[in-house]
This record gives sequence, structure tokens and C-alpha cells, in this order.
Amino acid sequence: MNVLASIRIALRALRINKLRSALTMLGIIIGVAAVITMIAVGSGAQSQIEDQIKGLGTNLIILMPGSSTSGGVRMGAGSRNTLTEEDGYAIQRDVSAVQASAPTLRGTGQVVGGSGNWSTVFYGVSPEYFEARNWVVAQGKGFEAADIAGSAKVALLGDTVARNLFGDTDPVGQVIRIRKVPFTVIGTLEKKGQSLMGQDQDDVILMPISTARNRVLGQGAGRLRTVGSVSIKIRDGESMTEAEAQIRELLRQRHRIQPAQEDDFTLRNLSEVLSAREESSKIMGLLLAAVASVSLLVGGIGIMNIMLVSVTERTREIGLRMAVGARGRDILTQFLVEAITLALIGGLLGIALGVSSSVAIGKLAGWPIQLGIEPVALAVGFSAAIGIFFGFYPARKASRLLPIEALRYE
Amino acid sequence: MSTPLITTRELAKSYALGGFTVQALRGVSVEINAGEFVAVMGPSGSGKSTFMNLLGCLDTPSGGEYLLAGDRVSGLGSDALAAIRNRRIGFVFQSFNLLPRTSALENIALPLLYSGVAGEERNRRATARLAEVGLADRGHHHPAQLSGGQQQRVAIARALVNDPVLILADEPTGALDTQTSCEVMALLQQLNAQGMTVVLVTHEHDIAEFAKRVITFRDGRVIEDHMVERPKDAAVLAAQLRAEQVVEEARP
Ligand SMILES: Nc1ncnc2c1ncn2[C@@H]1O[C@H](COP(=O)(O)OP(=O)(O)O)[C@@H](O)[C@H]1O
Ligand SMILES: [Mg+2]
Repeated sequence: MNVLASIRIALRALRINKLRSALTMLGIIIGVAAVITMIAVGSGAQSQIEDQIKGLGTNLIILMPGSSTSGGVRMGAGSRNTLTEEDGYAIQRDVSAVQASAPTLRGTGQVVGGSGNWSTVFYGVSPEYFEARNWVVAQGKGFEAADIAGSAKVALLGDTVARNLFGDTDPVGQVIRIRKVPFTVIGTLEKKGQSLMGQDQDDVILMPISTARNRVLGQGAGRLRTVGSVSIKIRDGESMTEAEAQIRELLRQRHRIQPAQEDDFTLRNLSEVLSAREESSKIMGLLLAAVASVSLLVGGIGIMNIMLVSVTERTREIGLRMAVGARGRDILTQFLVEAITLALIGGLLGIALGVSSSVAIGKLAGWPIQLGIEPVALAVGFSAAIGIFFGFYPARKASRLLPIEALRYE
Repeated sequence: MSTPLITTRELAKSYALGGFTVQALRGVSVEINAGEFVAVMGPSGSGKSTFMNLLGCLDTPSGGEYLLAGDRVSGLGSDALAAIRNRRIGFVFQSFNLLPRTSALENIALPLLYSGVAGEERNRRATARLAEVGLADRGHHHPAQLSGGQQQRVAIARALVNDPVLILADEPTGALDTQTSCEVMALLQQLNAQGMTVVLVTHEHDIAEFAKRVITFRDGRVIEDHMVERPKDAAVLAAQLRAEQVVEEARP
């Protein structure tokens, strides 16, 4: 007997008890739908986070001054002026694993220009900053060496700033005042969107680090050229921990820190954030697996139950089939195919329900949804496996009936 | 003399029932040749059905031997027995045993499903058998849409579809009225006339009179085995009954 004939017999048997078949499938339908929906929502959120992390760069290390101690109270990272612009350049020069090292000065202030004014953050940066922080110039151009050397009053505007000052008009070539200092806008930055912490990364102005120091923040020459932070990008394929160790070693030398003394700087990287995310997505995955296995188990037991009932109800049919020549394995195949068909139809309905509820959730809640082929394939495979697993016992029971006893069954 | 189609030697069957055993067959030795029409007679509980089930390989004996066309059957595995039931034996049951909600044609084609015959060929052969039992126009009817006699004829067509060497019928007329019984017996006689071996169980003398040989059972043993001089012709009797009925109905 071929499989096609078995499927036809199975479909007929399932059609005869439509309501019963539908109720039996319910467990699988709900299980599969839940899995599909949760994967769609979960991986949508996951990929949004991943995009953000990628935007920031997982191979980014932020170097900040260490914490100071004031009367026994530690003041937190960045509270000391121990980091200099030269530290940043030295890292670029001496640590081979470093792709870009950009010392940065940060300031905030009122910006006036175009048709309005806006309070924002500005960064005085070296040209390596663009590479280190993955900034792309959207319009106009970036800084040149001459701009840094001459403390040129040129600025690049983040998308939010550009829009708030100039609306739809092109800001390139316009003059703005940052803390009353006139600047020429030489370019705009490509939009980045929100950061992991929910901050608007595009609410920013970039200017040469020398300009920020000399003309805006007003730190005079002759003093140590301290910086707030250094953004360091590690080359692809280089070990983050090794690069970090090398940077630490270099800075300890430069700062003449004795072996017993603590660092006067802090190194941070996003791999911590990443591993936290990985942890939470692992937990999410486990939760999903738990929900899936419980509902699929319940669905499977439902199928087993109904198949046992079906075998009992159709004992005479089994007897007759054996009397006209069905072998044990023909009967086994027939009931196994029936269980698999039941599970697979349930699985397909579950996929339909899961996909439509995912889409609905995406529309209604505005969540990012990611529907892949893998969870669907997984659901189909799982349903079939459940059909086989839970259908096998009843089917074997049917196949082991003795012809005459089955035929005489009342 | 050629090998008998059926040979049983001291065939025995006992059932364990609670604490004690029931001896349903206590050593039955018979030979049935190809082309015979045998009626197995006897009171209820005498072991007729048990004997038939053993001949049909639906059950296995607890003692003795059974040879089908010279081949030992006792001791074969369940798959081999299934193959014998499928290809060499056709069953007709008292309760028809047709699959419900399944067309007459599909019911007839059922044995072919298990001998690996392709769909179109199955349909072709089932259609031919249906015509032979005179129900060519009922192919798509379900059992519930057919009369008892028609259902039994579908069951006979099913028994014939795989060209068996032997038809086994256990009380095939038990659920039918006299008229329809005669028609079914006429069909079996016709098949026998074409060379088919038929073994039939009945407890009615009227039905046994259509056979060429009667074997009588009592308490699991054969107590009598004789040839019938001139078996009655079921077709003639059926025609007579039909005529009488017409007269009956015509009467005011
Ligand atoms: N499955 C069974 N279990 C126990 N006893 C049985 C079984 N089948 C038949 N018998 C017994 O075997 C004897 C013969 O039964 P059976 O062959 O059906 O008789 P018949 O068909 O001549 O009426 C009876 O006494 C019956 O009760
Ligand atoms: Mg009986």
C-alpha cells in the first residue's frame, strides 16, 4: 500500500469526525502559533537591538579618565583629568590592533542658526572619530588636517540638529553660532537613530578638537591638553581582550603608574552589553522552548488519546482490512499517517494563526516583527515528529491486533 | 489423483477462557478438492466458524496440520498469512463487513490496495467484478444506500477481486430473507460452476441443499460427511419465489 493511499484514507477518517479532529488539533495549533508569534516578536526585537549594537560597533572601546577620590568618596569614572589628547594619538600609533583612536572633548550649549535655536551636545574630535564611531558624512565633507591644525570654525550637524535649525533647507555653507562663536557648516551626518539607552544619537554637532578646546570651551594653551574620552576602534579579527590589555599597558607606562597602583583611567567596551543581551536572549529562548514543549506535549497527548480511541472504534475495520490481506505494517502505516496528518494539519493551521497574529501584533503594537522561514520549517518538522511520536503507540497497538479477534470485536 | 486444495489433519483449536479451556475443535481431518462446493453444517457452538477461520488463515490452530494446495500453512508468520488471505482466499461474512461511508467500488478494490495494484487498475478490476454481481450501476453507492442482498453481493465481488482459489463464506445468508438468500446462493453456485471452490458455513438445511457436499460438525468433530446427489438450483428457486411474490402482490 502506498503512502498516497494512506493519506487519502487518513483524510477520510479525519473528515468523518470533523469536530473531534479539530479539537484534537487545537493543542498543536495553539502551540505552533505561540511559538511562531513569540519567535517573530522576539527576533524582531533582537534584530533591532543587534542593529543598534552594530551601529555603535561591538569592537569599540571607550577610554575615560579614572575616578578621583575626594575625602574618601570616590567620584566615579571620568571625574579626573588624567587623559590627554596625546594618549589618544599614542594608542593609535603604538597599538597595532587599533584601527582608529579618537580623543574627544564634549560640551553642551545653545546653537543659533538658520531659522531657530537649539540646545545640543557638541564634540570636539580628531578625524579618526568618524571611523571610530561609524559616522558617515551625508552631505558636504568631513574635517581635513588643516582644519585641526588651524582650529577652523567648521562644524558637521547631526540630522536632528540640522532639521531643527534649518528644516528642509540645505545647511551646508550656512553659518551657525555655537555658544556665540560663529561656525560654517561644512556637512551633515547620516542619521543613526536611537542609542541602546534610548538617546537620540543624531542630536549632535561635531567640530575639530582644537577648535573646541581653543575657541569654544576656552581652555588655554600651555595647560595639559586633557580630553573627556577617547573612542578606540579595534580592527576586525583582533581580540578585544588582548587589545584592551595592550592599551592598558601603554597607558600605565605613559601615566607612570606603579605596579601596585590602580589605573587612573577606565576602559569600557560594548561586549559587556552584548553578553548581557545574549544572556537575556538565551533566557528568552529557554522560555520559548518551555512554552513550546509544554503546549506541543499537550497537543501530542491529545493526538495519542484520539488515536487510541480511533483504533478502538475501528477495531472491526482493522480486522476486515487484515482479513483481506493487510499486513501489520500496512495497519501501522495507516494509523501513523493518520496521526501525522492530524499533527501536520494542526501545525499548518498553527503557522497560519501564528503568522497572522504576528502581523497583527506588529501592526497594533508597532513592534518590529521578523518572520523567518526557519521557525515555520521548525514548526512543520516538530508537528510531524509529534505525530510520529505520539501516533506510534496507538498505531502499533492497531497493527498487533489478531485478525480474528479484531474482526469479532463488539 | 492431484493434491487436494484443502487438507486438514487432526486440526484442533482450544481457547483459554478464565480458568479452563474450551475445546472448539477436537481433531478435524478433511480433504476438499478444487472445484467443490462444500456446506459445513452443525448446531450452534459446534466449531464451524472456528474451522472456517482456520481455513481462512484468520486464526492459528493449537494442534494438527493445515495444507493449502499442498503447502503447509500452520507455522507461517503473520505477513505470510496476510499474503495468503490477500491473494488466495476470498471471504464472505454474515454481517457483510463493508467499510461504512466508502463506495461499493472502493470496498471491492480494498484487497488490491494491499497487493500493490495501482489506482487505475484497481478501479478497472473492481468495476468488472461489480458488473459480474449485477450491480454495475451502484459503484458509487455507500453500503448504507444498498439493501442487504446488494451489500452481500458487493462483499462477494470483493472476495473475488484478487482472483482467489477459494471462497469461504460464514453464514452468508444469515442476515438475509429467503428470496435474497436464494439469489446470493445462486451467485455462489454460478461461481462454483465456473470452477471456483466454495466452502460455506450454515446451520440451515435449506441452504446446505444447494451445496454438492455436506460436512456436519458436532462438539468440534466431524460426525458426517456426504455428497449431495442432486443439489438444488438456487437460481430456479429464486425465480420461483420471485414469481410467487408477483402473484401475491397481484392478488386483490
Ligand atoms: N474467542 C473465543 N474465546 C472462547 N471461546 C470461543 C471463542 N470462539 C469460539 N469459542 C467457543 O468455541 C466453540 C465453537 O464456536 P464456533 O466455532 O463459533 O461455533 P459455531 O460457529 O459452530 O456456532 C463454542 O463453544 C464457542 O463458545
Ligand atoms: Mg458461527
